[in-house]
Amino acid sequence: MLLERRLLTRDRSGGLLQKFWQIPWIFVLMLCAVAAVGYVALYSAGGGAAEPYAGRHALRFGFGLVMMLSLALVDIRLIARLAWPIYAATVGLLVLVALQGHVGKGAQRWIELGPIQLQPSELMKIALALALASWFRRASWERVGNPIFLIPPILATLLPVGMILKQPNLGTAMITAMVAGSVFWGAGVRWWKFAGVLGAAGIAAPIAYEHLRDYQKARITTFLDPESDPLGAGYNIIQSKIALGSGGLWGKGFLQGTQGHLNFLPEKQTDFIFTMIAEEFGLVGALSVLALLGLVVAFSFAVAFRCRHQFGRLLAIGLATNFFLYVFVNVAMVTGSIPVGGVPLPLISHGGSAMLTTMFGFGLLLSVHVHRDADMGPTRE
Amino acid sequence: MRLGWPKFQWRRRERGMNAARRQEERRRNIFTRRVALLGLGQLGLLGYLGQRLYRMQVEEGERYATLAEENRVSARLIPPPRGRVLDRDGKVIAGNRLNWRALLVAEQTQDVAATLETFSRIVPLAEHERARIERDVRRHRRFVPVTVREFLTWEEMARIEVNAPDLPGIITDVGTTRMYPEAEHLAHIVGYVAPPAEADIGDDPLLELPGIRVGRAGVERFHDRILRGRAGAVQLEVNAVGRVIRELDRHEGQQGQDVLLSVDAQLQRQVRQRIDEGTSVVVLDARNGEVLAMASKPSFDPNLFNAGVSAAQWREWTRNRSTPLINKCTAGLYAPGSTFKPMVALAALDAKVVGPGERIFCPGHFDLGDTRFHCHSRRGHGAVDLHAALKLSCDVYFYEVARRVGIDRIAAMARRFGLGVDLEIELPGTRKGLMPTREWRISKGKPWNLGDTVVHGIGQGFYQLTPLQLATMTARIASGRALQPHLTRSVGGQPQRVMRPDYWPALGIPDRDMRLVREGMWAVVNEGGGTARVARLPDGTVFAGKTGTTQVRRVSRAERERGFRVENLPREWRPHALFVGYAPYDNPQYAISVIVEHGIGGSLAAAPLARDIMMDTINRFRRAPEGGQRVADAQPAAGTAGAGTAGAPAGGASPSPPPGAGQRR
Repeated sequence: MLLERRLLTRDRSGGLLQKFWQIPWIFVLMLCAVAAVGYVALYSAGGGAAEPYAGRHALRFGFGLVMMLSLALVDIRLIARLAWPIYAATVGLLVLVALQGHVGKGAQRWIELGPIQLQPSELMKIALALALASWFRRASWERVGNPIFLIPPILATLLPVGMILKQPNLGTAMITAMVAGSVFWGAGVRWWKFAGVLGAAGIAAPIAYEHLRDYQKARITTFLDPESDPLGAGYNIIQSKIALGSGGLWGKGFLQGTQGHLNFLPEKQTDFIFTMIAEEFGLVGALSVLALLGLVVAFSFAVAFRCRHQFGRLLAIGLATNFFLYVFVNVAMVTGSIPVGGVPLPLISHGGSAMLTTMFGFGLLLSVHVHRDADMGPTRE
Repeated sequence: MRLGWPKFQWRRRERGMNAARRQEERRRNIFTRRVALLGLGQLGLLGYLGQRLYRMQVEEGERYATLAEENRVSARLIPPPRGRVLDRDGKVIAGNRLNWRALLVAEQTQDVAATLETFSRIVPLAEHERARIERDVRRHRRFVPVTVREFLTWEEMARIEVNAPDLPGIITDVGTTRMYPEAEHLAHIVGYVAPPAEADIGDDPLLELPGIRVGRAGVERFHDRILRGRAGAVQLEVNAVGRVIRELDRHEGQQGQDVLLSVDAQLQRQVRQRIDEGTSVVVLDARNGEVLAMASKPSFDPNLFNAGVSAAQWREWTRNRSTPLINKCTAGLYAPGSTFKPMVALAALDAKVVGPGERIFCPGHFDLGDTRFHCHSRRGHGAVDLHAALKLSCDVYFYEVARRVGIDRIAAMARRFGLGVDLEIELPGTRKGLMPTREWRISKGKPWNLGDTVVHGIGQGFYQLTPLQLATMTARIASGRALQPHLTRSVGGQPQRVMRPDYWPALGIPDRDMRLVREGMWAVVNEGGGTARVARLPDGTVFAGKTGTTQVRRVSRAERERGFRVENLPREWRPHALFVGYAPYDNPQYAISVIVEHGIGGSLAAAPLARDIMMDTINRFRRAPEGGQRVADAQPAAGTAGAGTAGAPAGGASPSPPPGAGQRR
């Protein structure tokens, strides 16, 4: 066995095969399990049929899986070198979407790329994590403490966040900022700087509220008092809570969820898919899915801890935080804990753009893991 | 496990290895600490979500489950089929007809306009219909069926069904609509139905259903609750936009009950064929007050109300001076004329102001102070007693008798016979009329003069009576019982109690007085000189009655002297002709009242008509093949009625044979 491996390492293709064995298959299995949960939920959302959601979901996951595994074999140093070009390209897409983007639900978010619709703001979170990880990969603790050193990454963060805000997509902008924040945090930016930024944000929030779009304000007021407009802006949140709460401990059973199947639940195949799961499988099912998603996050953290170079660590923590925020914002949204924000549940919600960007992110994560021992060059003072 | 790294990197790494390693270690420790903190924070947030799920799904689960149930379950009413109205033979006079409809469900077609275009090639649609359909489609949600066309014929339905593949979105269904097979013949009795007005929708949720109809006139209105039934309810599972997914539970309502009436559709038809516009006829069963026929011309077709009456039609009905919508039998008000004389006679006999054989001289006129009242016979009738006065309809006799008895006692007697009182028949809109009294006149701020009493003695003046009241009076004279006219024989198969023969109490008029009046009425038809000799029945059944003629317009002395002839007057100034009567005389079964507006004279126009109708009535219940049971039923009923009256303590009600008449002659 050992001999065989040695023989193989000499070979170029053998190197790829070696890497292939490095891929943490247990994690891939976890992702498949999450996607399977998505398939089941979408099968139910489709009224007990694979069409129109579940079948396409499986197909997309298949594509995503191939992409992810291919990406896992790409050398992390190549990725690190491409980080800024990817960042620049994604910012370019954001500009494009602002210029000619498809108007969906009162906001410009989508871009048509051939047959697929792409939401560049989704990709932006990953590109930003890449760029920031690249920026900090060789910076020493002292260097990170230098405020001048922090100016370029802050600008690199504010540019896309501002553009996403302008779309307008408050939720994604905040998630993007938080993903960036997680990288800054992992890189060792002093904690009091975080405190300062948070304090400033707290002061700025009421002023910012004045500049929100009407529908965004409506979301916030609706969140504070959903019953204020039960058939308007509050409808989604109330119906979601009713459906979720009525699931009880054990749920109503697969395909038995009345609220979802009777269309009381809006957008059940996308934003409110978790409600559907919670209604049909109850608290037990909901917590299981939540635990599974938590495991995925935990594994991402484990990748970060085990990585021996700063770039991989920072990228992994950015991607982990990105995934966690997806899950948290979506579930908090459907349980009425935070304002509704149009954030899908990764790998479970119906939608190609989110699936592909998620799988792209996991591809990078796997590459970090596969190349965890790569030499990324010395730390700079 | 090391992969083949490029050499230059190796060298770079070796240069600052020690310093870099220190740096790296420090960085790594900081990273690990911070990220562990971050992970804990994220774990905490996930924990918060889990706790929140627990609170919603377990602690508050029941509340949300209730909300969910309310969300999805929608209770709807099922309209019960409306009860039918039947004639006394069980023939349907108001029923339910299947109404085949074509509906359009917009969401089932790609192109509404194209579907309608195809549809109109099969069943032509007018421009305004198409505009209405398109408007309805726009107004409703896309799954709500919109009526394309109602009242489709069987052939049209077949064509639509055959072409169904070319008609996406078109569905056919069958509802019910009200149907009146007798059309205008029974319209005034049966009434009609129409959608409820806002004010009607009170406690009954059924009335909020689309397509529901409520009785708006006649029996349909009077028995509306019975006919309507009670709504059933169905619990449906609906989705967020209200579309029905499936039925969860169903409570059948109570369907409307059938109402069986006493009227005879065939007789009604015969009566209506005999009469002209402006004539009203009421035929009652003299034994129990059942209405056998009640005709008022002109009438209307209640079927027209089904699809909604057009504004033009409604205008025509309401502006028509002969008032087709009004049942003149119950809402037409007339002075009774000489048909009222039996009442004056009974009042006088009761007050004992005139003896049964007492003669009063008629010189052709009656003077009261300066005023001269004329008899219809200008030469006068000579000395007449009560019998002759009724037979000849001598006005002078009744002027004098009325003067003696006074209006109040006349009115009191008339009320006992149902004149000027509410007879509580099952027809909404029935008028109570007016039986004038001194008190009434004074309440109007005017004095009651003796001259008024005199005029009222011959049935002229302030009276406002309906043909139904006159028929009731006649039936009460015939039976001696305080019967009330009514229409309902049974409801939902349960006979109404008024069908019992001794249900109605005796009037309590002395036997002798009743006999005198009956004999006078017998003489009117059957004795030489009687005003209605023309009314003798061809089959020999003995008919008794009283004619009447009421002036519409006062005839002045100048006209009288010029040789006034009523025939020369324009029609609307001609007097009304009246006749009331009952038959057979010795065993009264049927009572009739006839009013021919502007018919000139009771003996001329009303009596022959009454004769024909009475003959029709007798024949109808003797001969009708399905009426065999009826004749059989009629005879013992008459027998029991006779037995009942014989045994009654009042006694005066017994209709005796007319030997007295012979003695009088």
